[in-house]
Amino acid sequence: MERILEQIPRFFSGPNMTLLLEAAGLTLAMTLTGCLIGFGLAFVLVYLRQTPGMWALPLRWICITYVEVFRRIPFIVVIYLVLFFIQAVTPDASLFTIAVIAICLYAVAYTADIIRGGIESVPITQVEAAQSMNLSRLQTNIRIILPQAWPVIVPPAIAFAVSFIKDTALVSQVGVFELTFRGKELNNQGYSGLLVFGTIALCYFLLSFPLSMLGQYLEKRLATPRGERRSRKIRHS
Amino acid sequence: MQHLEVSDVRAKYGTLEVLKGISFSIKKGEIASLVGPSGSGKSTVLRALMGLTPITGGTVMIGNERMNYSSAKEVRAARDRMAIVFQQYNLFQNMTVMQNLTLAPLKIKKWGKTDVITEAHRLLGLVGLSDRANAFPDQLSGGQQQRVALARALALKPQILLLDEVTSALDPELVNEVLDAVRKLANEGMTMIIVSHEMAFVREVADKVIFMDEGHIIEVGKPADIFDNSQTNRARDFFSKILRH
Repeated sequence: MERILEQIPRFFSGPNMTLLLEAAGLTLAMTLTGCLIGFGLAFVLVYLRQTPGMWALPLRWICITYVEVFRRIPFIVVIYLVLFFIQAVTPDASLFTIAVIAICLYAVAYTADIIRGGIESVPITQVEAAQSMNLSRLQTNIRIILPQAWPVIVPPAIAFAVSFIKDTALVSQVGVFELTFRGKELNNQGYSGLLVFGTIALCYFLLSFPLSMLGQYLEKRLATPRGERRSRKIRHS
Repeated sequence: MQHLEVSDVRAKYGTLEVLKGISFSIKKGEIASLVGPSGSGKSTVLRALMGLTPITGGTVMIGNERMNYSSAKEVRAARDRMAIVFQQYNLFQNMTVMQNLTLAPLKIKKWGKTDVITEAHRLLGLVGLSDRANAFPDQLSGGQQQRVALARALALKPQILLLDEVTSALDPELVNEVLDAVRKLANEGMTMIIVSHEMAFVREVADKVIFMDEGHIIEVGKPADIFDNSQTNRARDFFSKILRH
């Protein structure tokens, strides 16, 4: 305990804090970039997966296999697979890129199922009404289905991103200078493990907490019927 | 000349054949009503015409054009000529009344914006909802939603309007406001196929009643002939049960 107290001034010095701040930024950047790209690609995957017709059977099969496979592989294994694959193809790819790709691949599989659930929550009768007016499948998805599926998709998608901030700690294994990696480094420099990892834990909390709050806010906002939201706006103006 | 001619049309849900060779025709401006017990295939006739239930046999002619339902492109041609109003209204929940009415005319038919909006206002006036253009469906009663759905279908300027049990989901006191709107269309000479359980209404507006049972057409005739003087036991039995009260 005395050792910790004695280390505190030195530990919370400028260079150390800059290091941790950078690491926290990197963790956040990695997670958000990976999850956002993954989320976007998941829409494409779900759209392809729902292609009707016999000719699209292999396509549907590939999409389903992708989701099922990636949901069953530990994230750390995905990271190593991406690392070795990318290094074989382009040896000078940065570790950050590799981490983002791994997060992406993983996020696609998880959010695809969230999106599919949201889309399936929209009654088929909405689709039939759109079809009867000759809206194409893409138009129906963009104009009718997704706006209605949004409230079902957003809360679990954000919950996924929030919990994934923690899981990105695993990319420290391949040497990305994110939070956990820096923590180990400082610990090796002789700082008390309790002090270092206590601070790291606080950093993770501070990263994910605002995102959780955003999720809760969106959840409430999206759950409000459109009409009420609109009339409230009118009253304000 | 016949405006719509349906010959020996068949349709299946999976392996269950729900239309077992349906043939009927209607003239321009005529109102045909499909009646019969639940599960007789009335709604399926409308769904098949709209390409929502695949047709497995037979032919459909609109004017002198043969509608072929075998490819997506041909189904689009059929949908371009007809419009349907569903039992559950099926208004787009994420859009205002006005957006519901103008979406397809603007984006699919690609008609001019001013004309589309003027026409949408005229149709909302016709169904008595001029003041609800900016409301969302969940702010409207069932009867109001169904009248919007009617206006939305009319905004497509269909050659034939299909009404699929448009009052079945409504509270009894809301039925008449929807039927009044349909009456107006009848007076304007709209060609319609109406699936309905409102027999008094059918008797009033229909030019032709088609009685169906188990995927077959059993009897066709003028309302008075069919209701009061049916030729088949099956139809007589059905009408005696539902017209007694």
